[in-house]
Amino acid sequence: MESVPLIEFRNVSKQFNDKIVLNKVNARIYENQITTIIGKSGTGKSVFLKHIIGLLKADEGDILFHGKSVNKMDKAERRAYMSDISYLFQNNALLDSMTVFDNVAFPLRQTTNLNKKEIEKRVLQRIEDLELTEAIKKYPSELSGGMQKRVALARALVTDPKIVLFDEPTTGQDPIRKNMILSMITHYRKKFGFTAIMISHDIPDVFFISDRIIILWEGAVGFEGTYEEAVKLKLPIIGEFLRSLEGFQDELTGLLSREAFRMHYAGMLGGAATTTSVSAALFSVRMNLLDDVLGPQTALETLKLLGKFTNRQFNSVGGFSARHSRDQILTIFPHTTPDEARELVAGFALKLQQGALAGIESIAGRKTGKVVCFDIYIHAGITGIFPADEIEEIIAKAEAKQEIIATYRCDSGGSK
Amino acid sequence: MAEIRLPVHKNILTLVFSYTGREALRLVGDLGAMVIFFALAFFNIFRKKQFIEIVKQIYYIGATSSLIVMLVGLFTGMVMGLQLFYTLVKFGSVGALGSAVSLSLVRELGPVLTAIMITARAGSGMTAEIGIMRISEQIDALSSMRIDPVRYLISPRVAASIISFPLLTSFFDLVGILGGYFTGVLLLGTNAGTYFYRVQSSINMVDVRGGFIKSLVFAVIVSCICCFQGYFCHMRTDGYGAKAVGLATISAVVISCVMILIADYVVTSFIM
Repeated sequence: MESVPLIEFRNVSKQFNDKIVLNKVNARIYENQITTIIGKSGTGKSVFLKHIIGLLKADEGDILFHGKSVNKMDKAERRAYMSDISYLFQNNALLDSMTVFDNVAFPLRQTTNLNKKEIEKRVLQRIEDLELTEAIKKYPSELSGGMQKRVALARALVTDPKIVLFDEPTTGQDPIRKNMILSMITHYRKKFGFTAIMISHDIPDVFFISDRIIILWEGAVGFEGTYEEAVKLKLPIIGEFLRSLEGFQDELTGLLSREAFRMHYAGMLGGAATTTSVSAALFSVRMNLLDDVLGPQTALETLKLLGKFTNRQFNSVGGFSARHSRDQILTIFPHTTPDEARELVAGFALKLQQGALAGIESIAGRKTGKVVCFDIYIHAGITGIFPADEIEEIIAKAEAKQEIIATYRCDSGGSK
Repeated sequence: MAEIRLPVHKNILTLVFSYTGREALRLVGDLGAMVIFFALAFFNIFRKKQFIEIVKQIYYIGATSSLIVMLVGLFTGMVMGLQLFYTLVKFGSVGALGSAVSLSLVRELGPVLTAIMITARAGSGMTAEIGIMRISEQIDALSSMRIDPVRYLISPRVAASIISFPLLTSFFDLVGILGGYFTGVLLLGTNAGTYFYRVQSSINMVDVRGGFIKSLVFAVIVSCICCFQGYFCHMRTDGYGAKAVGLATISAVVISCVMILIADYVVTSFIM
């Protein structure tokens, strides 16, 4: 049985002049989850978020918070509801006459009775978390778009809200920063236990961190559920829409996008009903451990490097790869038996250990400015593929066979 | 139920009436909205955490405008000294120069010209600043942070205007009287003692109080109009974005100046 949604839209409609932006929208958002809203431009994604925070009022319908209508709340209840929510605006909406420090401190100064010292402590912590220390005395106009976004994020998180609304938090960021922000959202969500509602087009990365997705389609909800459910439904409208957003290449790693990978896989198996000459390898690196030791940026650089290395090594033998979770890469070898694939992966592991992994040390040193000690373990699982296998089944089979294939150990001064 | 539409014959008369009616309704609506806006801003002045914001606005509206207000006051007084000297000479009553200059300044020119100068300098700035905050969603950001934008942005400006206008008016009056002294006494040779005696003897507390009442009324009018225009610039139908801010600033200055002169007449008729 499904639990009571944290926020529920019931037949919510909104119209601006003659344009109907939301048309009897029904949607549910659950507590402690990341819910991502995707949709084409002008489908009412920002309007959807602004209804939650009360910046806009629905023409029709109702918004429920813990089952209670927001419209029927008394003043105290409404104040409590609002105090639980933070909003990260699409264009950041930083107060441009204030420095970065003052912007982040602003909600604490205005809405709490904390003393100056406590406010300073909290603000400095958030500024440090978001790597903004060098910009602390600068004004928003002196910062790059990416830095402004991080300042807005710091301001949204400084009050430790229970619900955070992110209106395109990664717009204007490079692939590494995009993933960093998404990682950060996941990290903070786990750390502080807030519910995240996000508008984003960063596919596939946004799917790796989202518990549920809501697809807005011409003013109404086209789909609501997990990404896996969306894919299983195989609705042409959803597939086409996701492909249009995702493109053919994963921006971070240079590998195929998930949709492009599915199309390749379907095309490959379409006519060739061979059972022995197709195999797959699932590579993974423990990103959470790397995040903790090297910081999110270096961890993402590591993943980027792994993606590029995988592409280079296996493209020549006809292999194609894509990320299937934040830290898993699946490679399909179309004309290779599992034994041959094992040999290929062994060669790949050797080169990876001798070349690429050692290179990560220099990336880490460059980013942190000091000698960093860390361990990296690359796992791989190899399996044969049968024509009827779905990608999820292949991943499950390969995951069960995973073992360490390459290691970088700090205590042995590099590769072992 | 189906809407019944009566045929409308568009001629010059119906166009004039419809335009007048539309504009009148808009004006009444705007006036009502402005009164509510001012009431909200006024009552929020007495909330917590307002003191620092009010001081900042007093600095912006009052302190930084003082130089320009005094400069205008000086030259206004000097021109009056010149004009009134040559006029009074014709009637053989040059001794009344001090009275004429000081009464004109304290009763009329001081409050009006100070208000117009502050409108041009600080009022336009208020509208532009608030307007830019509106179009860049900074005001929405305040609401999303549970900060009442009227309390944070408007109330301190209204309070600072109410404090600054009478103070700047008094500076204007003082410097204006000195300006009259420069031309009337130092340049044209009127007796200094007579000038200051006439200033002292002709200005009563009623005149000073009248001037201050006017400056308080102007403070409310200017701050309310300028903040209102900036705050609702996104609802303008004649322009969007930066253009809306520009148009709002023009409207703020024009409406404020006209309203200052209208209010001046109304207040004068009441206090005379």
